[in-house]
Amino acid sequence: MRIVKIILSQDTWSEILGSIRKNKVRTLITIVGVLWGIFIYIALSGSARGLYNGFQKEFESISVNSFFIWSNRTSVPYAGYKIGRRVILNLEDVVAIKKRVPEVEHIAPRIRNGNWGKPPARVIKGSKTGTYSVYGDFPSVSRISVIKIYDEGRFINQRDIEQSRKVCVIGERTQAELFEKGVKPVGDYIRIDGIYFQVIGVHEYSEEGGFSSDSDIFIPFSTYQKLYNTGNRVDWFAISAHADADIVEVEQHVKTVLKDLHDVSPTDERAIESFNLGQMFERITGFSKGMTFVSLVVGFATILAGVIGIGNILLISVKERTKELGIRRALGATPGEIRSLILLESVFLTLISGIMGIILGALTLAAVNNATQGIDFPYYNPTVPILWVGGALLIMVVLGSLIGLLPAQRALSIKPIEALREE
Amino acid sequence: MISLSNIYKSYQTGQSTLQVLKGIDLEIAQGEMVAIMGSSGSGKSTLLNILGILDEADQGKYVLDNTLIENLSERKAALYRNRFLGFIFQSFNLINYKTALENVAMPLYYQGLPRKERIEKANYYLEKVGLADWATHLPGELSGGQKQRVAIARALAADPKVLLADEPTGALDSATSYEVMELVRKINEEGKTILIVTHENDIAQMCKRLVHLKDGVIIEDKLVQSQSPKEYV
Ligand SMILES: Nc1ncnc2c1ncn2[C@@H]1O[C@H](COP(=O)(O)OP(=O)(O)OP(=O)(O)O)[C@@H](O)[C@H]1O
Ligand SMILES: [Mg+2]
Repeated sequence: MRIVKIILSQDTWSEILGSIRKNKVRTLITIVGVLWGIFIYIALSGSARGLYNGFQKEFESISVNSFFIWSNRTSVPYAGYKIGRRVILNLEDVVAIKKRVPEVEHIAPRIRNGNWGKPPARVIKGSKTGTYSVYGDFPSVSRISVIKIYDEGRFINQRDIEQSRKVCVIGERTQAELFEKGVKPVGDYIRIDGIYFQVIGVHEYSEEGGFSSDSDIFIPFSTYQKLYNTGNRVDWFAISAHADADIVEVEQHVKTVLKDLHDVSPTDERAIESFNLGQMFERITGFSKGMTFVSLVVGFATILAGVIGIGNILLISVKERTKELGIRRALGATPGEIRSLILLESVFLTLISGIMGIILGALTLAAVNNATQGIDFPYYNPTVPILWVGGALLIMVVLGSLIGLLPAQRALSIKPIEALREE
Repeated sequence: MISLSNIYKSYQTGQSTLQVLKGIDLEIAQGEMVAIMGSSGSGKSTLLNILGILDEADQGKYVLDNTLIENLSERKAALYRNRFLGFIFQSFNLINYKTALENVAMPLYYQGLPRKERIEKANYYLEKVGLADWATHLPGELSGGQKQRVAIARALAADPKVLLADEPTGALDSATSYEVMELVRKINEEGKTILIVTHENDIAQMCKRLVHLKDGVIIEDKLVQSQSPKEYV
């Protein structure tokens, strides 16, 4: 192909570079326009991606298809009860929820101290003492939140529940505070509020966990019941739905069931409350999608403006170079050669500015990524898909050639003899 | 080499039509050195532009090296200009951001010659016009005479059949003019066909044939006793 030969030829490039070198200021101004556009696009959409990734990482330890649900005092009198009655969830609710809301996949009743007016447990190991929150848990909670246990340890299992074993999973910090360095806690014993518990695992601290801390202690729910004499009472449920279920619907459904079970008015918004991570996550995802879209629109508009700028400058340049182009044609340059000279200059300018914009954008993204490392800001691995970058470059090449056609046509509309007469 | 018969050319300016060439018949053989003279506005440049395929006649027949020049596409015209014709302009028309060497090599570029060959040839012709040492200089750094010699080297580089020069010495002082004419004569002696438009008598006297234009027709066409520029110096 002729055009390929032209593009690959060193002479073509020295021609283009010659004309660019001749107009340094002009070239600079042109480049900045397109560069800015692609920079905005890369920086903005990369940041959107970074935010998205950051939030995803934040929620990584909790199933996004899950929610928490808990109870408060009623805010509406109902079924003969006065306002302000304390609603208490209990283990029987589990069966009812499972039966009446088939979309529920896992349900974990949870109870804890160290919160809601209940003092934390006093924990003793040898000569060391500390106060920590203790959770009564079922194994299913690990299906809803990711609880990472260090090697050699395990989480609470069904057998622990059935036999109300005095076993516990401690946090990384608990281990650091209660155990000597180098001592393996698994298999060892600690005293929780006066009762000896065997440590069966240490859970890994995850910064993104959000809701749990690195010092929490988990014990079997049944053991908790006996230790603190809490009966069937549950503080809250962690619930996950099947992947294909609409989490918001499931949440509403469970709420209705619980209100029904506890004689709460269907209009009572306070008595049963819940927090839906999925919805939260969707909102953030939506935000990052919106930002990507905005960056696309703004970036494209800026690139377009930049490319039009290039077209404009080339038009002026072609006018300035009328005489030169006339000389070239007198020396035997064909219209095709003149056209490709101008087109290639246009495409080259566009591409160069585009590539510079991409590099600058990438550097900015990397810098922001570095700056947010270590601080608590949900920003992680900001990337722009290579396909999109390639697409942007392709669009620029297309726009560059299209806009280059204009000055090229202008250059060819002047007859060589007229061009030579130009002063 | 060149055969013009019954060439007419007019320009449209607003309402009126200006008839510039009114039936030119001209035969020029290989190796001739022809001066075209005439008062200002007599149509000398117009004639030369038609010969150079930079412009087209309204009427008449133009045969260049056995090729009929008629209704050419711009692409074909460019090809013929490149292969058959070398131009020398009054205002030199060098490309000012290219070195002397690059300027000379330019028609070779459009001939599609490889780079190495172009440089070789361009250097050869620069040496021929006595500017080998100025190869890397930009036109801005050259004197008028030097610029015109670069332009001559450029016109020669593509080894055209015919050299067309429109007042090549018009922008030069007489001493420099004679140097340039000396060079042109040398090239002619090597066999190149040359047409020179001039309104300077002394320059015309250095050619071998003189064609006199007046009001768009040839009023005189004679051989001259060619004088060497050296006799003037
Ligand atoms: N593009 C044009 N449009 C209109 N008129 C033109 C054009 N080119 C030339 N002319 C007219 O044609 C006539 C002949 O012009 P030409 O340039 O051939 O003269 P010339 O003999 O070369 O004169 P000079 O010695 O001044 O260069 C002039 O009257 C000029 O005004
Ligand atoms: Mg003239």
